[in-house]
Amino acid sequence: MADEKRIDAATGTEIKHHEWDGIQELDTPLPRWWLWTFYATILFAIGYTIAYPAWPMIDRATSGLLGWSSRGALDREMAARDKQIAPVRQAIATTPIEALPGRPQLMQAAVEGGRAAFRVHCVQCHGSGAAGSKGYPNLNDDDWLWGGDLAAIEKTITDGVRNPGHAATRQSLMPAFGKDQLLTAEQVDQVVAHVRVISGQDKPGAASQAGAKVFADNCAVCHGPAGKGMRELGAPNLTDAIWLYGGDTDTIRETVWNSRHGVMPRWDDKLDKATIRMLAAYVHSLGGGEATRVETAAAAGKEVMGDAGQ
Amino acid sequence: MLMAGAPSLYEKRKGVYPKAVDGFYRRLKWAIMAVTLAIYWGTPWLRWDRGPYAPDQAVLIDLAHRRFYMFSIEIWPHEFYYVAGLLIMAGIGLFLVTSAVGRAWCGYACPQTVWTDLYQHVERFIDGDRNAQLKLAKAPWSAGKLARRLVKWSVWLAIAFITGGAWIFYFADAPTLQQQFWSGTAAPVAYATVGVLTATTFILGGFMREQVCIYMCPWPRIQTAMLDEKSLVVTYKEWRGEKRGSLKKAEAHPGEFGDCIDCNQCVAVCPTGIDIREGPQIGCITCALCIDACDKVMAQIGRPRGLIDYCTQDDAEAEKKGAPPKPVLKTLLRPRTIAYFAIWASIGGAMLFALGARTRLDISAQQDRNPIFVRLSDGTIRNAYTVKLRNMEARPREVEVSATGITGAKLWTDAGSRETAGTSVRATVPADSVAKLRIFLTLPAAGPARQDFAFAVRAIDREGGGDSEPARFERP
Repeated sequence: MADEKRIDAATGTEIKHHEWDGIQELDTPLPRWWLWTFYATILFAIGYTIAYPAWPMIDRATSGLLGWSSRGALDREMAARDKQIAPVRQAIATTPIEALPGRPQLMQAAVEGGRAAFRVHCVQCHGSGAAGSKGYPNLNDDDWLWGGDLAAIEKTITDGVRNPGHAATRQSLMPAFGKDQLLTAEQVDQVVAHVRVISGQDKPGAASQAGAKVFADNCAVCHGPAGKGMRELGAPNLTDAIWLYGGDTDTIRETVWNSRHGVMPRWDDKLDKATIRMLAAYVHSLGGGEATRVETAAAAGKEVMGDAGQ
Repeated sequence: MLMAGAPSLYEKRKGVYPKAVDGFYRRLKWAIMAVTLAIYWGTPWLRWDRGPYAPDQAVLIDLAHRRFYMFSIEIWPHEFYYVAGLLIMAGIGLFLVTSAVGRAWCGYACPQTVWTDLYQHVERFIDGDRNAQLKLAKAPWSAGKLARRLVKWSVWLAIAFITGGAWIFYFADAPTLQQQFWSGTAAPVAYATVGVLTATTFILGGFMREQVCIYMCPWPRIQTAMLDEKSLVVTYKEWRGEKRGSLKKAEAHPGEFGDCIDCNQCVAVCPTGIDIREGPQIGCITCALCIDACDKVMAQIGRPRGLIDYCTQDDAEAEKKGAPPKPVLKTLLRPRTIAYFAIWASIGGAMLFALGARTRLDISAQQDRNPIFVRLSDGTIRNAYTVKLRNMEARPREVEVSATGITGAKLWTDAGSRETAGTSVRATVPADSVAKLRIFLTLPAAGPARQDFAFAVRAIDREGGGDSEPARFERP
């Protein structure tokens, strides 16, 4: 290989020594600006890896002089967002829930906030569409065990249902009529037949007529003489089309025999007032929410404050 | 690999100093310039009363609110096909114009031509006509030359600024934006736009000029493909002009010389600096100023006008063989131009019809999927729908939404309750916006698992009008 430089006559550039099939290559130097840009990027990269987390160590990467982290950035964004919506949350927390429908914008904010909170805290039992499943109530319908106006829903969420060790919780206890031998097996069958009749699923017969007597003696105290239920005790309406566990004969018999004690946790020890209020507003908005009613006997059933727009 | 001594592919710009000229086409150009500039600068300031809920600017492209206003027409984003239609019409319009009158767009209406023309008039006003300009260009730099240049560039810059400045007024309320612009409170994008357009106008109109047409613009290339032997082009009738010779030579040798006296006026007036006598070429924007210049000379020397004239290639061949010149208007009507015009006009007609027939009230409905249905305590089945009502009028409208194609349906909205349910719901849709309703609908439990129906919306005012949207009811 020749050592002397060979210069291309046309361009004045040095020719490289290799050659393929007579084709040679010029050794054109890189443009200066390109080289300086290249060096500058190397310097930038070194500075960057010192300033920001970069170099992998044994258990973690270097944290960088600026102390930046993606988790920290997320925290800051979340904090900024929380700060932004704080006034709305404050307004919701200080507005009595009965007054929310009168402030449509606040109500809408509450419903949307509740929608988000529901996805986190409630869907595990009630389902993502709040349609429930066996033993877990469907919150879209118009049948409410403990009451379906805003205040009642808020109370249920706040204190839960049969939450152990919480005095204010929604509480009631249906006896296990069969298991605890409060009724004979025959009486249980009779009362099941009666419930099938009052819910419109069967025609009256001898068994159901006997069952009516059993019902009046044992069940009416909570479920009401006509079986329409009693919300103070969370006793379901047995005459409607909605069954929490099922309305077929076998399931009703199982319910009467063993009783049912569905449980919902209290949320006041996990969520703040605003979140609970937003959840109540959201559940109320699903389609079955009831208008607020006065709780006195004289005015019972009479609306004092309708839903927005009513 | 570049070889030493290889010819450079770069061609330095030759200075073009077009001479002032007067004549029919020059006056036509004046008129078209006045009209196009008036349209450009004046349009944003036209007002159009649309009532209290919509802007009162006649032509407004409101990007922030996604509305396009053009006099009585308001276009929503989903109606963008009207704009697409306009663009297609503009494209076919260019085809039509090109096949009928050649590069008339280039010669008269193209902004590059109009602004270059304007700049050249400024140049003549400050530097003098062609000869003075040539002299000044060759002169060494002196205080006088510098002063002239600075004055000229300042005027150009001022024109460029009002050109770039006018553009932004199409995108916001012009009087408001003007105030904001001068008080420094307009959006940064407004200043950036004005800056960019001022710079491009100044550079393209002042310095690049015909180079834009010859090197940058794709349109001349497309046009060369679209022109045919029946298109009007500016033609030097060489069978009449050649052999060129001065008046004196012609008098000395009668019968030997053609009509062209080689006075070079056609070259002197050309804004792109070409010699039309070399035949059709890409540099010719068919501005016809050479026709004016030549006609003037022909009149002076007592020869018939039209040595340089608009003429099709076919007619040029015929004339060469002795046929009389064909009137320009006769060349316009031929199958190709008629076909282009038919396409252009039918798109326009279809759009006008669609504009006239379009409804300004829309409905769309989406069924809740989770849960699909809800059984209520009395056994009836409830479905829920998110219904969007789009009121495209610039005033609030009372509307009524009902379910058609099913019987026994009860409807209510999230603002009402089941006790208030009826066969329809009413709502007020704010002006120029979309209202979202959540509609609950119940039907008895007995029935098919899936039942098709339609949501219909009807405006309850004098104009009426409405729309419907298919929907589905589902049962367990």
